[in-house]
Amino acid sequence: MFWRVSMGIAAAQLRHRRRQTLVSTLGVALGVGFFVATSALMSGSEKDMVQRLLDNAPHITIKDEFREAAPQPVFIAFPQGAVTLTNTKPREYLRGIKNHGALVEELSRQPGVVAEAALMGQAIIRYASKDASAGIAGIDPEKERFLTTIESNMQQGSLMRLKTASQGIVIGQGMSIRLGLGMDDLATVVSPAGLVRRMKVVGIFRTGNLLLDEGQAYMLIKDAQVLLDKPFIANRVRIKITDPDAAEDYAAQLESRWGYRTESWQEVNRDFLGLFLVRSIITYSIVGAIMAVAAFGIFNIISTVVMEKRRDIAILMSMGFRAGDIERIFLVQGVFVGLIGMFLGWGLALILLQMLGTVEITVPGLMDTQKLPLEKGPFQFGVGGAFALISAVVAAWFPARKAAAVRPVDIIRGAT
Amino acid sequence: MSAGGEAPVIELKGVTRILQEAVPVTLVRDIDLVIRRGEFVSVTGPSGSGKSSLLYLLGLLDLPTEGRVLIDGIDTSGYSSDRLADVRLAKLGFVFQFHFLLPEFTVLHNVTLPMQRLGRLDGDEIHARGMALLKDFEIDDQAKKRPDQLSGGQRQRVAVARALANDPAVILADEPTGNLDMRNSEIVQGIFADLAAKQGRTVIAVTHDKDFADAAPRNVHLVDGRIDSDTRR
Repeated sequence: MFWRVSMGIAAAQLRHRRRQTLVSTLGVALGVGFFVATSALMSGSEKDMVQRLLDNAPHITIKDEFREAAPQPVFIAFPQGAVTLTNTKPREYLRGIKNHGALVEELSRQPGVVAEAALMGQAIIRYASKDASAGIAGIDPEKERFLTTIESNMQQGSLMRLKTASQGIVIGQGMSIRLGLGMDDLATVVSPAGLVRRMKVVGIFRTGNLLLDEGQAYMLIKDAQVLLDKPFIANRVRIKITDPDAAEDYAAQLESRWGYRTESWQEVNRDFLGLFLVRSIITYSIVGAIMAVAAFGIFNIISTVVMEKRRDIAILMSMGFRAGDIERIFLVQGVFVGLIGMFLGWGLALILLQMLGTVEITVPGLMDTQKLPLEKGPFQFGVGGAFALISAVVAAWFPARKAAAVRPVDIIRGAT
Repeated sequence: MSAGGEAPVIELKGVTRILQEAVPVTLVRDIDLVIRRGEFVSVTGPSGSGKSSLLYLLGLLDLPTEGRVLIDGIDTSGYSSDRLADVRLAKLGFVFQFHFLLPEFTVLHNVTLPMQRLGRLDGDEIHARGMALLKDFEIDDQAKKRPDQLSGGQRQRVAVARALANDPAVILADEPTGNLDMRNSEIVQGIFADLAAKQGRTVIAVTHDKDFADAAPRNVHLVDGRIDSDTRR
């Protein structure tokens, strides 16, 4: 009953000041609307980019290198030695992951893990007097299907044809266009070791990523080993796991187990992911400022109402309304404005998202135009709504406390 | 109505009220006053004599610096502000010189607000009692209007109806006719006389109006914050 009385008075006071109420409600609505739309855009683009990273590369890569150079034997033998040796040259060793077959086998036995030994290198692909530098990936097509989305991005041919064709190579569409190299054409592939092979194009893929489409070629690992003159060598073990977010921890475990430098996709893209954080902070700061302005609007209107209504507050208290009732009346006004602003803001957000969903852009580094990636989940709406309500309640709380502190006798004495 | 045998409804015992400002201002000093059930008391005195201050103390709107205020024999000295508000809600009704009606609400809603806050009656009963009160003061046809659509006299009658909403034992009025023309002043004066004489309510009215003061069987006259005379007719 008390709540109904307070709410009735609050609603009447808001109705009595329609214009001010409308302005402050619209302020909240704009804040919520832009918050949700911006948040959906930020979150959507972030997820889209992360998904692209995950699609085109393994979650974890074990490399044939170490984070720190091995210490010289003399330093191990005499750590407190009196003589200092300088300009020591580390011993050269044969590159490649030792016993990679056993490593892959052990990893593959673990549930949810797909592991593939690969040989990565560089080569020149030549066709009809044109050259293109390419990253060569010597792979196992059976496993590559699970590690990346190259197979699903094939425009012509397939990765599996590498297994059936002799000396087959799969190239990106960008390279295909650049060299005029089509399906079943024979390209000349020259390795840094000076070896030259004639290879047949058995597949053309298109990921939309310029770097991959113009600069990456796939072949069987045994062909790559011959081409790069690294027989029986794999310099990468590429791993996919069920939960990509767990890649960092799992990579650390593998590195401590095997010693080889093991990079998670997060480590490889650390700079990129860091940019997301900075971008989010900037965006949410701006949207937060919009909400703060809206909150000040609520604070302003309720403070004004409290000032104007001091006499009414006094008379309500003389009737027997408690200070808490008075506080509630003004808090309820803030909640009303916040709630209505929240619902209007959600409506505005839906319109904005609808409009943004039709915008097509070309992302630098990607070949295709694409629609703005938006994440239209309930999370954004929930956070926007909560932000509005909390701002409204906090903004109303201060003037409400002031209203509750009114001493009716001071007002009535002054008014009579 | 003689109230000599009735139980005290409000008692002030040694009440002093000093405003603690840069230079302390004494509003009332050493007031001993017993108001009995059913009494109609006028409070008079020159401007600044402490009439309104005395009324606010009687109505628990203000707290004494010294002394005690007893309502129905119970000392209210240690009451919290919420408990004082509850006493005002259930037992006291105020009428001020200015009607102080809430402009956003209809006449009927203004009258029913105290009942809604008290919560003793359900919605239909509150509506019925509100309409009955308005009818008592012959303004039931104005129930749906807003205060600014009424005349001064009508507004003051609405204010009296609101003061009676929770059926209080005591009505405290501060210059209730001070802002009215003569005709409306007589009407309101008659209402207060009836409240005491016919309904047996205690009415305490601060007034400058000599006719109003003379209509009350008891008059308390203040000078410089002290009771100068307390006479019964």
